[in-house]
Formats: sequence, structure tokens, C-alpha cells
Amino acid sequence: MAIDKFLIEASHIMMFARSIGDDNPIYYDEEYKSESGCEGIIAPPTFAQSSAQFDPDYFLRPKTGGQGWFGSGKEPTGLKPSSSGGGGGGGAGGGLHAEQHFEYHLTLKAGDILSATTKPGNTWEKESKRAGKLKFSESVTEYRNQDGDLVITATGVGVQTERPVDS
Amino acid sequence: MLKASEIKVGDTHSEELVEDLKRTQIVQYAGASGDYNPLHTDEIFTTKLAGYPTVFAHGMLTMGMTGRMVTNYVGDGTLKKYGVRFTSQVWPGDTLTSVATITDIREEDGENLVDLEIVTTNQDGLAVITGSATAKISS
Repeated sequence: MAIDKFLIEASHIMMFARSIGDDNPIYYDEEYKSESGCEGIIAPPTFAQSSAQFDPDYFLRPKTGGQGWFGSGKEPTGLKPSSSGGGGGGGAGGGLHAEQHFEYHLTLKAGDILSATTKPGNTWEKESKRAGKLKFSESVTEYRNQDGDLVITATGVGVQTERPVDS
Repeated sequence: MLKASEIKVGDTHSEELVEDLKRTQIVQYAGASGDYNPLHTDEIFTTKLAGYPTVFAHGMLTMGMTGRMVTNYVGDGTLKKYGVRFTSQVWPGDTLTSVATITDIREEDGENLVDLEIVTTNQDGLAVITGSATAKISS
């Protein structure tokens, strides 16, 4: 994944903060100054994940017109029977998020313009009683701002399970 | 911002993150984050095709709500690191509580830092997220 322009916008931050139930004014009120000395609108700690909105090929967003989308329509899946349901969540026992780590180098603020590049990290396997064989894979994303400075390093770990996890 | 002189190892901060999680909040998170994986919002796909009892929350929704507890404790814009493992799924109807415990207070490269251990549990006491965070503090 590479993202050329991830616009950090105040209204997107407000929507994101609402969705995680966070009514901290630092996420919507540009006049607000917090006790820690922060002012202007900043992004919540996990906001970088919403860079998916700016990835033109993001596979977990229906394409314009909805073609090829694997969610339900008339049938439980929109995919044709010949298509495999594999891949990140695309079928029974598909990909799940196992771990997520963020390292913050600078405070992410409304008005910033980030770019992102992702590199694959380690891969490993594990046996699990709950879901059979687990295949883990790591990806490391570096978010840089308009000045080329590193703002956030995000490391995600995904897991493919042999069967659905029933906790 | 926390002050080194006012905190000690073992101190805790706890918040209820959500009571009776609604499917609509999961939809809200899908819209804001851009992650429209049908496992989180599409009941028919999730039950009939994927074989789960119902839709479940994005791990990142739980991490986001847990992050709110962390920033309420350490202050805005002070985080240096925040990482979690998703240990169990979060379902509609769940009530989540999150606790941060101070594990270290230290200095690194001239900065005063606090390390936290984080656990978010559901109404049955099952951990759904375990993790850690590091934040800047004042002396």
C-alpha cells in the first residue's frame, strides 16, 4: 500500500472521534487549549488507521457501483459462486487483526498532509485450539508530513485463521 | 499531563468505554475509518457465509475507545507509543471497561516518561485488548 495524499481534515477527525465515543474538544474545537498545552485540532491516537479512506485500491471499501463487493445483496455474498471468498475477511475464517502498534514522532494535526508507505514485516505461524492453524503477517507503515518529517510509524499484525474464531 | 512527582508505579486509571455496544456505533466506526469489512456490519454475510454468531466490532474500534481512556489519563498530545493485541472479539451488547496501570516512570533522552500497561475487559471479565503505552510527563 502506498498513499500519496492523506489529508488530515477537521471534519474527518470529528467524525472519527464521535465513532470511538470521544467528546474531547481537542478533536473538534480549534479554540480549545488542553491542560497539556495542546491547541488547535489534533487527531486521536488511532486516527492514522483511517488513511484507508485515501488508499485508492483499499479492498475493504466497495468500488463505485458495488461490483465485486463480497458483502450481502440478494445473496449472502455479492461474489459469483466461482469466486473464492479468501483474503482479508472475504470468507469463512478470513483475515483478522491480531495486533496494532503506533509510535508517535510528532503530534498529528488538522491541516497536515501525510503520505504513507507500507513494507511487509515478519511472518510466523502458530497452532490454536480456537481457530486451527494461524498465519501471522506484519506490515509497517510510515506516515510522513508535508515537510517530509516522520509523524507516525504504524505496525499492524494480521492473522489468517483456519476456521472462524468462536470465543 | 501527568507529573512525575504526583504519580507512582502501580497507580491505575480506569474508565467504562461503552455500555451495551450498539451495531450502529460499529457502522459509525466503519464510515469514519473506511474499513467496510462486512464482518462488522453485514449480519447476513457474517452469519450465513462467514459462520459467526453475529457481526463484531473492528479491533480498531476497541483500540480507539481504549485510546480515549489513555489520553484522558496522560493528556492530549503526550503519547509516544501505544500498542495492543486483540485477544478476544467484541460483540454488540458488550460493556467494556479499560484500566491503565503505571509500570515505570523514567527518563530517556532528557524526556520524562511514564509506561502504562493496558487491559480492556468485557462484562464477563474476559480481556479483549491487552497492551501498553508510553507518554511524556512533566517533572
